[in-house]
Amino acid sequence: MKAKNTLGLILFPAFDWAISRSHPEREERLLYTQDQLLEEGIEDIEGIEFFNPGMATLHDINRVHFCFPDAQSLLTESHLIAAGGVMRAFDAVLSGETDKAFALVRPPGHHAQRVVYGDRGFCIINIEAVGLEYARQRYGDMRVAIVDTDCHHGDGTEDIYWNDPDTLFISFHQDGRTLYPGTGDIDELGGPGAFGYNVNIPLPPNTGDAGFHYILENTVMPILEDYKPDIIINSAGQDNHYTDPLTNMNFSAQGYAALNERLNPDIAVLEGGYSIQGALPYVNTGIILAMAGLDYSGVVEPDYHLGKWRQSERVTDHVRRIAEQVNERWLKREELSKREYGDRLTVTRRRQVYYDTAGIMEIQVQEFKVCSECPGVNTVHSYNDRGASMAGITIPRKACHACREEGYKLFEHAAATKKSYLQDMSSDDYMVSR
Amino acid sequence: MIIGIDMGGTHIDGAAIENGVLIASVKHQVDHGNYFASIWQCLEDLLSQVDKDAVERIHLSTTISTNAIIEGRLADVALILQTGPGLQWHFERMGEHIVYLSGSVDHRGILVRNLDMTQLDDAREQLLENPVDALAVISKFSTRNPEFERRIKKYFEGDYNEITMGHTLSGKLNFPRRVRTAYLNAAVSRTFIGFAESMREALRQSSIDAPVFVLKADGGTVDLEGAMSKPVETILSGPAASFMGVRALVDDERSDRVLIDVGGTTTDLFFLVDGVPVFEPLGIEIDGRKTLVRALFSQSIGIGGDSHVRFEEGALKIGPRRYGLPIAFGGDSMTPTDALVYLGKLEGAYRDKCLQAVERMAAEHGFEGVALAEMIVRRMCEEIRQAIERVLDKLNASPVYTIEELLRDRTIRPQAVEIIGGPAASLSGYLEETLCLPVYCPLHHEIANAIGAALAKPTLEINLIADTEREKMSIPERGIYMPIDRTFNWREAEQFALSQVRDAGKALGLEEDQLDAEIVESSSFNMVKGYGGRVDRNIRVKAQIKPGLLEKLRKSD
Repeated sequence: MKAKNTLGLILFPAFDWAISRSHPEREERLLYTQDQLLEEGIEDIEGIEFFNPGMATLHDINRVHFCFPDAQSLLTESHLIAAGGVMRAFDAVLSGETDKAFALVRPPGHHAQRVVYGDRGFCIINIEAVGLEYARQRYGDMRVAIVDTDCHHGDGTEDIYWNDPDTLFISFHQDGRTLYPGTGDIDELGGPGAFGYNVNIPLPPNTGDAGFHYILENTVMPILEDYKPDIIINSAGQDNHYTDPLTNMNFSAQGYAALNERLNPDIAVLEGGYSIQGALPYVNTGIILAMAGLDYSGVVEPDYHLGKWRQSERVTDHVRRIAEQVNERWLKREELSKREYGDRLTVTRRRQVYYDTAGIMEIQVQEFKVCSECPGVNTVHSYNDRGASMAGITIPRKACHACREEGYKLFEHAAATKKSYLQDMSSDDYMVSR
Repeated sequence: MIIGIDMGGTHIDGAAIENGVLIASVKHQVDHGNYFASIWQCLEDLLSQVDKDAVERIHLSTTISTNAIIEGRLADVALILQTGPGLQWHFERMGEHIVYLSGSVDHRGILVRNLDMTQLDDAREQLLENPVDALAVISKFSTRNPEFERRIKKYFEGDYNEITMGHTLSGKLNFPRRVRTAYLNAAVSRTFIGFAESMREALRQSSIDAPVFVLKADGGTVDLEGAMSKPVETILSGPAASFMGVRALVDDERSDRVLIDVGGTTTDLFFLVDGVPVFEPLGIEIDGRKTLVRALFSQSIGIGGDSHVRFEEGALKIGPRRYGLPIAFGGDSMTPTDALVYLGKLEGAYRDKCLQAVERMAAEHGFEGVALAEMIVRRMCEEIRQAIERVLDKLNASPVYTIEELLRDRTIRPQAVEIIGGPAASLSGYLEETLCLPVYCPLHHEIANAIGAALAKPTLEINLIADTEREKMSIPERGIYMPIDRTFNWREAEQFALSQVRDAGKALGLEEDQLDAEIVESSSFNMVKGYGGRVDRNIRVKAQIKPGLLEKLRKSD
């Protein structure tokens, strides 16, 4: 058997790491997936190669995150390896080793925001963002679309790319009013430098295969055709599955496979998904076959019956309305941006961020400089209920000279009063005060 | 006394070893019309030189099954497959008699869809239209739950002389390989059993009472009885015999080493890590078919003593083709062997002709004879060096699944090389320079294969899985599928695995001090249903009789 697209698989189940003994993010999580892939003979398919992950360095982490007090004390090796696995996937694709790559690594990352005090939604660092920013520094600028198909809103990825017009973030997820983390509203559209490039598609509980494919065909694909990304990343969470214990959606392995065939991502990264026996073995097999361009029609869960998981008319109508609203915002994004931000010189955004796993409440104020030459330097001032306080300045990759200068001034100024971080993405330099 | 016999493509070698000392050896030509006669003549020749009554065991490394597969002399096999849900492989080169049945179990061996008995009736009707001798039954995940394979076998008992069940051949997961392995097993069964019966009969007539063991591709042996039920395990044992022979001939060190076996057409590379051989992760490939037959890892490269040497657009090329013998041995194609003869490193039957040919080729391309000959030999060494590097890159990138293994970063760095085969001794100096490593060419290396066959000990690997939620434990290699208690724990699993390996080893005639039973891999996973539910365990233990030697070869006094 020969793959139509060569595919690199970074399968790293980390059989010796867990958040805790009975936590869903435990050693057993990819055990049955590995069994299924072994029994299917995936490794004997010509054109599918297995790669070991590398290990991300602290520099790779600091390029994306402001870790408090620092990356070293928050992260374990497992996090550096999960991120290293995604970096390996980027290397495989961008160096031309394989056409596509899929990182089946754990723990996941899409709830990790730019500021990190601890674990949120089983994530500490955003493994996609660490991989992508590493790739941009190594292989040059690229326009990227991240399509997050995890059932939970990818609030971490949203935050990191909030003001980056070169990274289109599309998340479809179970409506935040019914599920963690609660965000992901249709009107969260991005910062002044990238308004409209953050696309949230909140779906009603019990959305099935039909609903996901409706959204894909009528919203995601048209937006992607419009945006014309150089590469597409699928944040491939698998908890929309009808057997997932933490969510209320009705997506199937066939649905996931068909989605990946149509979306045709260059890179996929496993995110959430905790139905480790009933879903993951089949969903992952389906995604792998779809990415490799092979027939996945035989990949069916043992308990799958279409009739049981067909979505109701009410859900169908709801999904259709959401699609229309999202499309409208996409098409009118420039007009809406003017209305939202007008001629303002800076935009301020206040937020609360809750770290469910670590039990920390964070308050932040973000300040985005509106710049006609570049996406603009931005600052986050943050403190939490444990008494921590910090400031972080981000100079974007394509910062103009003035924004860059200003970034260093802001850093000096902030460092005089509190612990401060500087990310100069234009020169790949990262600094911490004190 | 142990007798070892290794049948290769052209030669058949025999060695008799008593108390670790080589007391006799023979070399014969293989008669491709009659493999049994070849082996028997070799054995008789050897026995005529020693005390027949002192023979304790006879070890055979044969190409009976290998040649049946490579030469396409395979019996027609009826195949019954339960492919279940998942990837649909197209099984080719397995004949026409394939029937697909519904029914499947999942990755934990839990019943998903039952076997439909009426389908079995239809299958029998269909299969019996073309009556054949052997049947192979393979179900997806049958190693996790062999129920369907067993029921199907029972149903067809009486219709076939030989029925192979997939789960009996390996405890490893890989459905397409399990299908191919079971098919090949059934397809060579009759040929191998015919050979084994002739062997038994001949031994009986000669009043030789010693048990017969057969070499496997993993460098171990299996008794004749075992080989008759799993003849596929006897394929490609020749290279493993040579490998084990070298282990017997050199001082064992716990270091990383490469073994180079230089043949006429190809050169085979083997590797040791900390003195332990590297195995194929799943199984060996034969005739383009990937199997689950456990085997030493080896890499064959298309360059050997008889490879064709020529210039192509000004560049020197060696192999991969071979056109008969070297000029120095009566052929007419320039070869690395001729270069070695020219340099005075090897003897040649047609030395003058060889010298002239090298001179002529050198003159044509503006070289001195010596320069050309040296160039050829160094090029060959360079190709071997590059091949070793490529293989090391691949082996060093082998997938790992735990943080501990990833951080340990066990990169293989050879510290020494052993070389055997026809031109081995003459090449070792050049190789030492190219590889910058010590290269040893052991004494008796020309019959390392027969010595290895004689001294290899029985091996066995088992894969235990215990699932305390389902209250079941399985060891497919031992046919064990038994109930366990919910409290069954990791330590008990390891102990049970070791005791099973020991029992199997003793049944194969190993003494207590030869058993060397060890745990190769072991892990226990907490299984939790939902949040905060009861914690069960999924325990996995791989254990083996460490492949090795019955004894080391000592120097005769």
